[in-house]
Amino acid sequence: MIDVLVDRAYFVVAFLLLGIGAHMVIGDRNLVKKVIGLNVFQTGIFLFLIASAYVTGASAPLLSEPGPYVSPLPHVLILTAIVVGVSLTAVALGLIVRIYGEYGTLRADLVAEVNEDE
Amino acid sequence: MSDLPALLVVLPIVGALVSLLAGIRWTRSGWYVAAATLALQVAGAVAFAADGLSGAPGSYAVGDFTIPYGIELLVDGLSASMVVLVAVVALGVLAYARRAGPRSNRFYSTYLLLVTGLTGMSVTGDAFNMYVFLEITGLTAYALVASGDGGRSAVAGLKYLLVGTFGAALYLLGVGYAYVATGTLNMADLSTELAAVGYASPLVRASFAFVVVGLFVKVAMFPLHTWQPAAYAGAPDSVSAFIASLVSTVSAYALVRIVLTVFTPEFLEAVPFARPLLAATAAVSIVVGSVLAVAQTEIKRMLAYSSVSQFGLVVAALSVTNATALVGLAVHLVGHAVMKGGLFLAAGLVATGVGGRSVADYDGLGSRMPTAAAAFGALALGMVGVPPAIGFFGKWYIVVGTLEAGAWALASVILLSTLLTLAYFARLLERMFFREAPAGTDAAADAVADGGGDDAVGDAPADRGVSLGMVAAVLAAALLAVGLGAAVPAYESALAPTVEVLLS
Repeated sequence: MIDVLVDRAYFVVAFLLLGIGAHMVIGDRNLVKKVIGLNVFQTGIFLFLIASAYVTGASAPLLSEPGPYVSPLPHVLILTAIVVGVSLTAVALGLIVRIYGEYGTLRADLVAEVNEDE
Repeated sequence: MSDLPALLVVLPIVGALVSLLAGIRWTRSGWYVAAATLALQVAGAVAFAADGLSGAPGSYAVGDFTIPYGIELLVDGLSASMVVLVAVVALGVLAYARRAGPRSNRFYSTYLLLVTGLTGMSVTGDAFNMYVFLEITGLTAYALVASGDGGRSAVAGLKYLLVGTFGAALYLLGVGYAYVATGTLNMADLSTELAAVGYASPLVRASFAFVVVGLFVKVAMFPLHTWQPAAYAGAPDSVSAFIASLVSTVSAYALVRIVLTVFTPEFLEAVPFARPLLAATAAVSIVVGSVLAVAQTEIKRMLAYSSVSQFGLVVAALSVTNATALVGLAVHLVGHAVMKGGLFLAAGLVATGVGGRSVADYDGLGSRMPTAAAAFGALALGMVGVPPAIGFFGKWYIVVGTLEAGAWALASVILLSTLLTLAYFARLLERMFFREAPAGTDAAADAVADGGGDDAVGDAPADRGVSLGMVAAVLAAALLAVGLGAAVPAYESALAPTVEVLLS
């Protein structure tokens, strides 16, 4: 059990981040912290995919002799996913600025309370 | 094959840029740019459908890269149906939005980008590319939901963003698992590689679970639907019609594509939890969605919960995977998009005309706004599944498909759902056509009216912000909902080669 965890330390950390992120999105009342949680969650997925690119004993496509090479494809994918994540964060923060202007608070429960009254 | 599949994705992006840039110089040019772009898009989509629906499915290699390494675009009956649907509904809602919707160039630009995302999801044959288009669709949809006035739409947009991003992230995680297992992202390639890895592998099973649950969030299946009523009710009328009719529909298409093309029906046979996961979610969504819809007092919320139930039908058809149910699924996706979009537009028309958004405001609507009430009634009956409307054919094929597969319980749930659908639409029909309008509101309405004192002009285009385009869009949706039923046999035979490939 311990061996497996040490062997796959990347994956353990990745899923730890997923858990922390999910907990922040669901449990935190502050809207900005929810968005931070979303970022942590996505970072967990990014780490998981990047870690999967490191395959022992594999070789790069252009060089024939075996050595410590890394698959480039997941890195490219994650680059795209990071761009998506940045745009999402920008939209989310923009919306939060509007919500703050409208309600004067960043707490999700207070905003929901005001919304019920409408 | 021509470069049409790629052009269909690029055209709305160009339109969005032109709209944004033209807005610097001419502030009112956005609608014309969007209309021209979408007219071209409809023409292109029809040509694309001629390719996709005539014979065997084909594919297109983006940038001529060899297919398993480059991105593949799929040309088949199902993708062609979605592309045409997206283009036509986008153009119809645009006609409505000219008077009703938010009118800045930035709005039209975002609108066109949403069309790009939806078209891209419809044609792509690459699992990661699907994620990118899923996020383009999501991002623009969040922005459009938040484009209404007031805090309510911003809160709805943020909620949609938090939940929707979660769904897309789970999808990405599932694709990651599939990539770790196979080392490829092309859908056709994945299906053979996953079979080679073996369906018993925990990696493959985890991948299926994450991808399906991630897409359930996007489709708004029951326990994961929480973003949807707030988003539909909080958005401006034209946006909620657009999003309600297309975003969940294309997400459901993505679910079908992933389950049938990537994981294939053999996976559903081989893995014990896969089919029950789909069937149980479908059944729960159908029943709970309808029950929640009956409990709503606000029209747009009621229509939103109705979508939860209707997409349960689609997933039910997916879970039995036979040819009849798949035809029903395709018909229901198209029919539901037309009818639900039309219903949201009609609700917006009523809200603009008489200022009512709750069920009680529909008293005597038949005499106050005859055209809107007639269109709403026709669309509602179509949704319940009264022949000859298209809503009947979708449900019919799905029920026959579930019976062919021997899924008696699922078939009875679907039949029960028809009764529940009737329950929430019948009370509206009763209020619209068999009750008197409350005296107070009518007098108030007359006082505000521009035209004249008597209630017969209540539906006149010049009246209180109801434009000809708005009425025309609603009527077109109602006529399509009734008329498309006649096209179902032809559509079924055109879809046959696609269905055969999907099920093989």
